[in-house]
Amino acid sequence: MGLEAKLMSDGFLTTTIDALVGWARESSVWPMPMGISCCGIEMMAVAGPKYDIARFGSEVMRFTPRQCDVMLVAGTVTYKMSHVVKKIYDQMPDPKWVIAMGVCTSTGGMYRSYSVVQGIDHFLPVDIYLAGCPPRPDNLLNALMLIQDKIKNTKAREFQNIPLLEPVKVNGN
Amino acid sequence: MEIKDKIVPLLQEQFPETNFEVTDFRGDLKIKFDASLIVPVGNFLKQHDELKFNMCEDVTAVDWATKKKRFTIIYHIYSLENKFRLRLACDVEENHPHIESVVPVWKSANWYERETYDMYGIKFDNHPDLRRMYMPEEYEYYPLRKEYPLMGIPGDLTLPKK
Repeated sequence: MGLEAKLMSDGFLTTTIDALVGWARESSVWPMPMGISCCGIEMMAVAGPKYDIARFGSEVMRFTPRQCDVMLVAGTVTYKMSHVVKKIYDQMPDPKWVIAMGVCTSTGGMYRSYSVVQGIDHFLPVDIYLAGCPPRPDNLLNALMLIQDKIKNTKAREFQNIPLLEPVKVNGN
Repeated sequence: MEIKDKIVPLLQEQFPETNFEVTDFRGDLKIKFDASLIVPVGNFLKQHDELKFNMCEDVTAVDWATKKKRFTIIYHIYSLENKFRLRLACDVEENHPHIESVVPVWKSANWYERETYDMYGIKFDNHPDLRRMYMPEEYEYYPLRKEYPLMGIPGDLTLPKK
Protein backbone atom coordinates (compact mmCIF):
# COMPACT_ATOMS: atom_id res chain seq x y z
CA MET A 1 0.00 0.00 0.00
CA GLY A 2 1.54 3.25 -1.17
CA LEU A 3 1.42 6.60 0.60
CA GLU A 4 -1.14 7.98 -1.84
CA ALA A 5 -3.57 5.13 -1.38
CA LYS A 6 -3.13 5.39 2.39
CA LEU A 7 -3.98 9.07 2.33
CA MET A 8 -6.92 8.48 -0.02
CA SER A 9 -8.45 6.01 2.35
CA ASP A 10 -8.14 8.61 5.10
CA GLY A 11 -10.00 11.17 2.96
CA PHE A 12 -6.98 13.14 1.63
CA LEU A 13 -5.94 13.98 -1.93
CA THR A 14 -2.39 14.73 -2.98
CA THR A 15 -1.52 17.36 -5.54
CA THR A 16 1.01 20.10 -6.21
CA ILE A 17 0.64 23.69 -5.12
CA ASP A 18 0.82 24.80 -8.77
CA ALA A 19 -2.01 22.54 -9.83
CA LEU A 20 -4.16 23.52 -6.88
CA VAL A 21 -3.61 27.26 -7.22
CA GLY A 22 -4.00 27.04 -11.00
CA TRP A 23 -7.26 25.17 -10.65
CA ALA A 24 -8.59 27.65 -8.10
CA ARG A 25 -7.58 30.64 -10.20
CA GLU A 26 -8.88 29.37 -13.51
CA SER A 27 -12.24 28.49 -12.00
CA SER A 28 -12.89 31.95 -10.61
CA VAL A 29 -11.71 34.45 -13.18
CA TRP A 30 -13.60 37.54 -12.16
CA PRO A 31 -13.91 40.01 -15.02
CA MET A 32 -13.64 43.76 -14.93
CA PRO A 33 -16.20 44.82 -17.56
CA MET A 34 -14.76 47.76 -19.49
CA GLY A 35 -17.80 48.01 -21.78
CA ILE A 36 -16.80 51.13 -23.67
CA SER A 37 -18.99 50.74 -26.76
CA CYS A 38 -21.03 48.25 -28.77
CA CYS A 39 -18.92 45.20 -27.83
CA GLY A 40 -20.22 45.82 -24.32
CA ILE A 41 -23.66 44.65 -25.48
CA GLU A 42 -22.25 41.28 -26.50
CA MET A 43 -20.42 41.13 -23.20
CA MET A 44 -23.75 41.62 -21.43
CA ALA A 45 -25.23 38.83 -23.54
CA VAL A 46 -22.47 36.56 -22.29
CA ALA A 47 -23.49 37.34 -18.73
CA GLY A 48 -27.12 36.55 -19.53
CA PRO A 49 -28.83 33.15 -19.20
CA LYS A 50 -28.44 32.03 -22.82
CA TYR A 51 -24.64 32.03 -22.93
CA ASP A 52 -24.20 32.10 -19.18
CA ILE A 53 -20.64 32.97 -18.26
CA ALA A 54 -21.37 31.48 -14.82
CA ARG A 55 -20.60 28.06 -16.30
CA PHE A 56 -16.96 29.16 -16.29
CA GLY A 57 -16.98 30.71 -12.84
CA SER A 58 -16.75 34.22 -14.28
CA GLU A 59 -20.23 35.52 -13.58
CA VAL A 60 -18.99 37.90 -10.91
CA MET A 61 -18.64 41.10 -12.93
CA ARG A 62 -17.01 43.45 -10.50
CA PHE A 63 -17.24 47.18 -11.02
CA THR A 64 -14.32 47.79 -8.76
CA PRO A 65 -10.92 46.88 -10.18
CA ARG A 66 -9.71 45.74 -6.75
CA GLN A 67 -11.58 42.46 -7.00
CA CYS A 68 -10.90 41.56 -10.62
CA ASP A 69 -8.61 39.14 -12.38
CA VAL A 70 -9.26 39.76 -16.05
CA MET A 71 -10.08 43.02 -17.77
CA LEU A 72 -12.52 42.73 -20.68
CA VAL A 73 -11.79 45.78 -22.79
CA ALA A 74 -14.92 45.76 -24.94
CA GLY A 75 -15.03 48.69 -27.30
CA THR A 76 -13.23 51.47 -29.10
CA VAL A 77 -10.53 53.02 -26.94
CA THR A 78 -9.89 56.66 -27.74
CA TYR A 79 -6.74 58.47 -26.68
CA LYS A 80 -8.73 60.26 -24.02
CA MET A 81 -10.19 57.01 -22.69
CA SER A 82 -6.83 55.22 -22.79
CA HIS A 83 -5.71 56.97 -19.62
CA VAL A 84 -8.83 55.78 -17.80
CA VAL A 85 -8.38 52.21 -19.02
CA LYS A 86 -4.76 52.22 -17.89
CA LYS A 87 -5.67 53.69 -14.52
CA ILE A 88 -8.21 50.94 -13.91
CA TYR A 89 -5.77 48.29 -15.11
CA ASP A 90 -3.15 49.61 -12.69
CA GLN A 91 -5.59 49.29 -9.80
CA MET A 92 -6.24 45.61 -10.44
CA PRO A 93 -4.24 43.33 -8.16
CA ASP A 94 -1.73 40.91 -9.65
CA PRO A 95 -2.02 38.40 -11.24
CA LYS A 96 -4.15 39.97 -13.95
CA TRP A 97 -5.01 39.36 -17.57
CA VAL A 98 -6.44 41.40 -20.42
CA ILE A 99 -8.82 40.38 -23.18
CA ALA A 100 -8.94 42.83 -26.11
CA MET A 101 -12.47 42.20 -27.31
CA GLY A 102 -13.31 43.18 -30.87
CA VAL A 103 -11.27 44.64 -33.70
CA CYS A 104 -11.47 48.25 -32.46
CA THR A 105 -9.77 47.30 -29.24
CA SER A 106 -7.29 44.98 -30.94
CA THR A 107 -6.22 47.18 -33.87
CA GLY A 108 -8.37 50.29 -34.03
CA GLY A 109 -10.62 48.45 -36.49
CA MET A 110 -12.58 50.61 -38.86
CA TYR A 111 -11.70 53.70 -36.85
CA ARG A 112 -8.50 54.58 -38.64
CA SER A 113 -8.57 58.04 -37.24
CA TYR A 114 -6.63 60.53 -35.16
CA SER A 115 -8.72 60.03 -32.04
CA VAL A 116 -8.67 56.23 -31.72
CA VAL A 117 -5.76 54.20 -30.30
CA GLN A 118 -4.76 51.73 -33.00
CA GLY A 119 -4.79 48.73 -30.68
CA ILE A 120 -4.66 48.76 -26.90
CA ASP A 121 -1.37 46.85 -26.95
CA HIS A 122 0.18 50.29 -27.43
CA PHE A 123 -0.25 50.81 -23.71
CA LEU A 124 -1.50 47.53 -22.16
CA PRO A 125 -0.12 43.99 -22.16
CA VAL A 126 -2.80 41.99 -23.95
CA ASP A 127 -3.27 38.23 -23.46
CA ILE A 128 -6.06 37.50 -25.92
CA TYR A 129 -7.00 39.32 -29.10
CA LEU A 130 -10.59 38.56 -29.98
CA ALA A 131 -11.66 39.19 -33.58
CA GLY A 132 -15.14 40.21 -34.69
CA CYS A 133 -17.14 43.38 -34.92
CA PRO A 134 -18.55 42.73 -32.44
CA PRO A 135 -17.46 39.16 -31.64
CA ARG A 136 -20.24 36.69 -30.98
CA PRO A 137 -20.76 35.82 -27.31
CA ASP A 138 -19.51 32.28 -27.89
CA ASN A 139 -16.30 33.76 -29.23
CA LEU A 140 -15.86 35.63 -25.97
CA LEU A 141 -16.42 32.38 -24.08
CA ASN A 142 -13.70 30.84 -26.25
CA ALA A 143 -11.37 33.67 -25.26
CA LEU A 144 -12.21 33.09 -21.62
CA MET A 145 -11.40 29.38 -21.99
CA LEU A 146 -8.05 30.26 -23.55
CA ILE A 147 -7.35 32.56 -20.61
CA GLN A 148 -8.24 29.69 -18.28
CA ASP A 149 -5.78 27.44 -20.09
CA LYS A 150 -3.14 30.09 -19.74
CA ILE A 151 -3.80 30.51 -16.04
CA LYS A 152 -3.78 26.77 -15.44
CA ASN A 153 -0.40 26.40 -17.10
CA THR A 154 1.25 29.21 -15.18
CA LYS A 155 3.20 28.28 -12.09
CA ALA A 156 1.90 29.83 -8.90
CA ARG A 157 5.06 31.70 -8.00
CA GLU A 158 5.78 32.93 -11.52
CA PHE A 159 3.17 35.63 -11.54
CA GLN A 160 4.56 39.02 -12.34
CA ASN A 161 3.35 42.29 -13.62
CA ILE A 162 4.00 41.27 -17.21
CA PRO A 163 2.31 38.60 -19.31
CA LEU A 164 4.22 35.35 -18.98
CA LEU A 165 3.25 33.63 -22.18
CA GLU A 166 3.10 34.92 -25.71
CA PRO A 167 -0.26 36.50 -26.57
CA VAL A 168 -2.71 34.05 -28.12
CA LYS A 169 -4.54 35.16 -31.25
CA VAL A 170 -8.10 33.94 -31.65
CA ASN A 171 -9.44 33.57 -35.17
CA GLY A 172 -12.69 35.25 -36.09
CA ASN A 173 -15.98 33.45 -36.49
CA MET B 1 -49.72 81.97 -46.56
CA GLU B 2 -47.20 79.36 -45.60
CA ILE B 3 -44.74 80.11 -42.83
CA LYS B 4 -41.93 79.51 -45.28
CA ASP B 5 -42.96 82.44 -47.46
CA LYS B 6 -43.27 84.77 -44.50
CA ILE B 7 -39.76 84.45 -43.05
CA VAL B 8 -37.72 86.33 -45.64
CA PRO B 9 -40.09 89.33 -46.09
CA LEU B 10 -40.33 89.70 -42.32
CA LEU B 11 -36.55 89.59 -41.97
CA GLN B 12 -36.08 92.08 -44.80
CA GLU B 13 -38.57 94.40 -43.18
CA GLN B 14 -36.78 94.24 -39.84
CA PHE B 15 -33.27 94.56 -41.32
CA PRO B 16 -33.71 96.67 -44.47
CA GLU B 17 -29.98 97.32 -44.97
CA THR B 18 -28.94 93.67 -44.94
CA ASN B 19 -28.59 91.38 -47.91
CA PHE B 20 -30.23 88.03 -47.23
CA GLU B 21 -29.13 85.31 -49.62
CA VAL B 22 -31.92 82.74 -49.73
CA THR B 23 -31.52 79.18 -51.00
CA ASP B 24 -34.48 76.82 -51.21
CA PHE B 25 -33.34 73.28 -51.87
CA ARG B 26 -36.11 70.66 -51.91
CA GLY B 27 -38.12 72.57 -49.36
CA ASP B 28 -35.20 73.25 -47.01
CA LEU B 29 -34.73 76.95 -46.59
CA LYS B 30 -31.28 78.43 -45.99
CA ILE B 31 -30.66 82.08 -45.27
CA LYS B 32 -27.16 83.49 -45.52
CA PHE B 33 -26.25 86.89 -44.16
CA ASP B 34 -23.51 88.97 -42.58
CA ALA B 35 -21.85 87.33 -39.56
CA SER B 36 -22.14 90.43 -37.38
CA LEU B 37 -25.93 90.16 -37.42
CA ILE B 38 -26.31 86.65 -36.04
CA VAL B 39 -27.54 87.66 -32.57
CA PRO B 40 -30.11 90.29 -33.66
CA VAL B 41 -31.41 88.03 -36.43
CA GLY B 42 -31.58 85.07 -34.04
CA ASN B 43 -33.40 87.14 -31.45
CA PHE B 44 -35.86 88.37 -34.04
CA LEU B 45 -36.59 84.88 -35.37
CA LYS B 46 -37.06 83.52 -31.88
CA GLN B 47 -39.18 86.30 -30.46
CA HIS B 48 -41.37 87.13 -33.45
CA ASP B 49 -45.00 86.33 -32.62
CA GLU B 50 -45.58 84.22 -35.68
CA LEU B 51 -42.20 82.66 -36.45
CA LYS B 52 -41.16 81.51 -32.95
CA PHE B 53 -37.97 79.68 -33.86
CA ASN B 54 -37.56 78.61 -30.25
CA MET B 55 -35.19 75.67 -30.65
CA CYS B 56 -31.57 75.55 -31.75
CA GLU B 57 -30.89 72.03 -32.98
CA ASP B 58 -27.30 72.30 -34.10
CA VAL B 59 -24.42 74.66 -34.68
CA THR B 60 -21.68 73.49 -36.98
CA ALA B 61 -19.27 74.79 -39.59
CA VAL B 62 -17.95 74.08 -43.06
CA ASP B 63 -14.30 74.46 -44.02
CA TRP B 64 -14.08 75.52 -47.67
CA ALA B 65 -10.26 75.39 -47.56
CA THR B 66 -9.56 77.73 -50.50
CA LYS B 67 -12.23 80.40 -50.23
CA LYS B 68 -11.23 83.80 -48.91
CA LYS B 69 -13.94 83.60 -46.29
CA ARG B 70 -12.87 80.14 -45.35
CA PHE B 71 -15.47 78.99 -42.85
CA THR B 72 -19.24 78.98 -42.99
CA ILE B 73 -21.00 78.63 -39.67
CA ILE B 74 -24.36 76.87 -39.89
CA TYR B 75 -27.22 77.12 -37.40
CA HIS B 76 -30.11 74.69 -37.56
CA ILE B 77 -33.10 76.21 -35.85
CA TYR B 78 -36.61 74.85 -35.47
CA SER B 79 -39.99 76.34 -34.77
CA LEU B 80 -42.00 73.96 -32.62
CA GLU B 81 -45.13 76.03 -33.20
CA ASN B 82 -44.92 75.96 -37.00
CA LYS B 83 -43.08 72.64 -37.30
CA PHE B 84 -40.60 74.35 -39.59
CA ARG B 85 -36.84 73.93 -39.78
CA LEU B 86 -34.50 76.67 -40.99
CA ARG B 87 -30.80 76.98 -41.62
CA LEU B 88 -28.84 80.15 -41.01
CA ALA B 89 -25.39 80.54 -42.51
CA CYS B 90 -22.64 83.10 -41.90
CA ASP B 91 -19.22 83.28 -43.53
CA VAL B 92 -16.14 84.12 -41.45
CA GLU B 93 -12.55 84.94 -42.37
CA GLU B 94 -9.65 82.52 -42.11
CA ASN B 95 -7.54 84.83 -39.90
CA HIS B 96 -9.04 84.94 -36.43
CA PRO B 97 -12.35 83.31 -37.31
CA HIS B 98 -14.88 84.55 -34.79
CA ILE B 99 -18.59 85.20 -34.44
CA GLU B 100 -20.85 86.37 -31.63
CA SER B 101 -22.19 83.55 -29.48
CA VAL B 102 -25.91 82.80 -29.71
CA VAL B 103 -26.08 81.30 -26.21
CA PRO B 104 -28.03 84.36 -24.94
CA VAL B 105 -30.64 83.56 -27.61
CA TRP B 106 -30.75 79.76 -27.49
CA LYS B 107 -29.25 78.13 -24.39
CA SER B 108 -28.82 74.81 -26.17
CA ALA B 109 -26.22 76.38 -28.44
CA ASN B 110 -23.72 76.28 -25.58
CA TRP B 111 -22.29 72.81 -26.23
CA TYR B 112 -22.79 73.00 -30.00
CA GLU B 113 -20.60 76.08 -30.10
CA ARG B 114 -18.03 74.41 -27.89
CA GLU B 115 -17.96 71.47 -30.28
CA THR B 116 -17.55 73.75 -33.29
CA TYR B 117 -14.75 75.58 -31.50
CA ASP B 118 -13.08 72.28 -30.68
CA MET B 119 -13.23 70.95 -34.23
CA TYR B 120 -12.70 74.11 -36.32
CA GLY B 121 -11.11 76.65 -34.00
CA ILE B 122 -13.83 79.22 -34.51
CA LYS B 123 -14.04 81.55 -31.52
CA PHE B 124 -17.50 82.37 -30.25
CA ASP B 125 -17.29 85.81 -28.66
CA ASN B 126 -18.89 86.17 -25.22
CA HIS B 127 -19.51 82.44 -24.93
CA PRO B 128 -19.96 81.62 -21.21
CA ASP B 129 -17.64 78.58 -21.21
CA LEU B 130 -15.62 78.19 -24.40
CA ARG B 131 -13.58 75.08 -23.62
CA ARG B 132 -12.75 72.08 -25.75
CA MET B 133 -15.42 69.42 -25.97
CA TYR B 134 -13.78 66.20 -27.20
CA MET B 135 -10.09 66.85 -27.46
CA PRO B 136 -7.84 67.36 -24.42
CA GLU B 137 -7.71 70.90 -23.04
CA GLU B 138 -4.09 71.50 -23.98
CA TYR B 139 -4.52 70.20 -27.55
CA GLU B 140 -3.08 72.54 -30.20
CA TYR B 141 -4.89 71.52 -33.38
CA TYR B 142 -8.40 71.58 -34.80
CA PRO B 143 -9.13 68.13 -36.24
CA LEU B 144 -11.91 68.89 -38.72
CA ARG B 145 -9.93 71.56 -40.56
CA LYS B 146 -8.91 70.47 -44.02
CA GLU B 147 -5.18 70.72 -43.41
CA TYR B 148 -5.34 68.32 -40.45
CA PRO B 149 -4.23 64.80 -41.47
CA LEU B 150 -6.68 61.94 -40.93
CA MET B 151 -4.35 60.02 -38.65
CA GLY B 152 -3.45 63.10 -36.66
CA ILE B 153 -0.04 64.56 -36.04
CA PRO B 154 2.35 62.00 -34.53
CA GLY B 155 2.92 62.62 -30.86
CA ASP B 156 0.11 65.14 -30.49
CA LEU B 157 -1.94 62.91 -28.21
CA THR B 158 -0.28 61.07 -25.34
CA LEU B 159 -0.75 57.45 -24.38
CA PRO B 160 -0.23 56.14 -20.86
CA LYS B 161 3.15 54.56 -20.17
CA LYS B 162 3.29 50.85 -20.82
